[in-house]
Amino acid sequence: MQTANLLPLILVIAVIAYGLSYMRSRAVAEPIGGIRNLKALPFYYAARAALWCAIPALIVLALWAGFEGKVIQNYVVASLPAELAPESDGQASLILSQINNVAAGKLDPQFVPPEVVGAADLLDALKQRSASFKATLVILLAVLGAAYAWTRVQPHINARENVERTLRWIFFVCAAVAVLTTVGIVFSVIFETFRFFGKVPITEFLFGTSWSPQTALRADQVGSDGAFGIIPLFTGTLLISAIALLVAVPVGLLSAVYLSEYATRPARAVIKPLLEMLAGVPTVVYGFFAALTVAPFIRDLAERIGLEASSQSALAAGLVMGVMIIPFVSSLSDDVINAVPQTLRDGSLALGATQSETMKNVIFPAALPGIMGGILLAASRAIGETMIVVMAAGLAANLTANPLDSVTTVTVQIVTLLTGDQEFDSAKTLAAFALGMMLFIVTLALNVVALKIVRKYREQYD
Amino acid sequence: MNTMNSTVTSNNETTEAPAVPVQDERPAETIIQEGVTVGSPYADDPKFKLRDVEVFYGESRAIKKISLDIARNEVIAFIGPSGCGKSTFLRCLNRMNDSIDICSVKGELMLDDQNIYDPKRDVVELRARVGMVFQKPNPFPKSIYDNVAYGPRIHGLANRKSDLDDIVEDSLRKAGLWNEVKDRLDATATGMSGGQQQRLCIARAIAVSPEVILMDEPCSALDPIATAKVEELIAEMSESYTIVIVTHSMQQAARVSNRTAYFHLGHLVEVNETDKVFTSPDHELTESYITGRFG
Repeated sequence: MQTANLLPLILVIAVIAYGLSYMRSRAVAEPIGGIRNLKALPFYYAARAALWCAIPALIVLALWAGFEGKVIQNYVVASLPAELAPESDGQASLILSQINNVAAGKLDPQFVPPEVVGAADLLDALKQRSASFKATLVILLAVLGAAYAWTRVQPHINARENVERTLRWIFFVCAAVAVLTTVGIVFSVIFETFRFFGKVPITEFLFGTSWSPQTALRADQVGSDGAFGIIPLFTGTLLISAIALLVAVPVGLLSAVYLSEYATRPARAVIKPLLEMLAGVPTVVYGFFAALTVAPFIRDLAERIGLEASSQSALAAGLVMGVMIIPFVSSLSDDVINAVPQTLRDGSLALGATQSETMKNVIFPAALPGIMGGILLAASRAIGETMIVVMAAGLAANLTANPLDSVTTVTVQIVTLLTGDQEFDSAKTLAAFALGMMLFIVTLALNVVALKIVRKYREQYD
Repeated sequence: MNTMNSTVTSNNETTEAPAVPVQDERPAETIIQEGVTVGSPYADDPKFKLRDVEVFYGESRAIKKISLDIARNEVIAFIGPSGCGKSTFLRCLNRMNDSIDICSVKGELMLDDQNIYDPKRDVVELRARVGMVFQKPNPFPKSIYDNVAYGPRIHGLANRKSDLDDIVEDSLRKAGLWNEVKDRLDATATGMSGGQQQRLCIARAIAVSPEVILMDEPCSALDPIATAKVEELIAEMSESYTIVIVTHSMQQAARVSNRTAYFHLGHLVEVNETDKVFTSPDHELTESYITGRFG
């Protein structure tokens, strides 16, 4: 039986176990004076039965699915006669794929040695035996588990504790998935980064002022050796992020002040969702808005006042990115400003302070750590943003502080390094991982700082 | 209102049915006449002259035609069951109700013969003259010094740092807090005990030299010792300020106030000398309340 069919079958058995145990627990409760005299509610007995039924079966199923292929393959390879036994890993995988293809009927048996055909038959037989054995074992486990739990439906046994403990493990596993994924990503990036630093010295990477990742494909090819200095990329990133924050922080903060302190209730009910909608606009839409509308406008404006401007400028990307992250600043600031207790406002107003004095002297200082947290989150969003910059700021890795020049950022370079057909062991593609690593460190640091600040803020006025 | 009536009657029926005076069985609405206050609500040359004051929250009328004079340098206590409108009425006196959108105030409210609710009235100046202390101590999350200096700073009361130091010290002394905090003026105010915080709030209020201090249940969050200190302070302050105090503690009203005003369901039922209110009140509802029959 296929794994796909086993899953619903286990589910059905679990449901049956649930129902039977539920009925049994009520029946058991009857003679001793109702379910109040059971150690746990019928639901817990039933849930425990379902868990006993499903969890061992599922674990065995998962292990089987994980190791079945490997075990069978090893067995088949071992069965090959000595003259065909593979000498290297490459040969082994070649023979294995031959065997697999013959077994699947994709390869005509007459093109391969008869030993391979024999191995293919063996593979088929093993697979069938394994499948039927697996199905029997899993179903048996499910039924046995259910039956065991069913017999354990007894008034003096506390099923609630078992269920609670199992649920805690299930929740823990779910939480672990997110953590393990992060760890996995970090380790794969770290690994590739070290490979990159094997090809390019870390000092050149960190302190080089020129970025030009094109390397020669062959030794005799004319072309540059590539330059992997990340300084221009980080300057570009910082320039654009700084422009974005210059837009987003004042606008977002002041709009948060308006929303929380001055706006009437109906105005707030309309404006706040509209503002937060900005965060829902896909960044690619912001990107072509920046590239097609804002960037040419800035170029024309700059030319009119006698400045030289590139048609793709850091300023255009930064401005639009700033608009994009306004809701991050405003929404979080609005929340922290609202969290400042009304009694503090009253205290200040009752002393004769005006609304803006109250804002400036009491509410803002009390909310500042939270606001800083919001700004740092917006900053890490700006640093990680890619699409707007790809479209509006260009790809030229200029080392410049002039916002009218075109610049490029770390994220944009990662995109250009890895898109298209690439070989995954050249310095060029590995550079992407090193860049990702640097970016990860920077945004992680920002997030840690932001979280620290937010946590500190919680202790402020209690 | 009907619930209130029914609790009154049902209490009487179940617990002390034979001793009930006949008039107690009438609904409170007929016992209270709108706009009529028994006792002596008026005074000569009052600090506050309040006539036919009505407060609305949207459509509902929280204060119903209250007329009252508050004399200079008296301590007047507002008592009454929860929800009777005493805090709402108190907050009219320095327009703290302004920050509630749906709240509107009608009637004549005069402070020293100037209309409090004149649209052209400068609320900043009004609140500098009529200070307020709240139910829960609400020091700003700043240093003790900055808390007291807050008002003088925004009103420009001190030209020099030394002037400000003097105001802070003077206010803290008046609030009986100076000896406890003089060595840690830079410490954050939120680290003080509840009673100290409340006295700091009083110091903060008197730092702007108000003429009137409104107190909205100032001791309800304090322990008995801190309460005794605040009450002592109120007695001292009554020499130089007019004090209006809302309280749920009748003992407190009896201890600190010269006159007591009894509120009921948005009406001002009775105003009298405090001794009289607690010994022989003129109104039967007042008597019911102070003897603990409801509230």
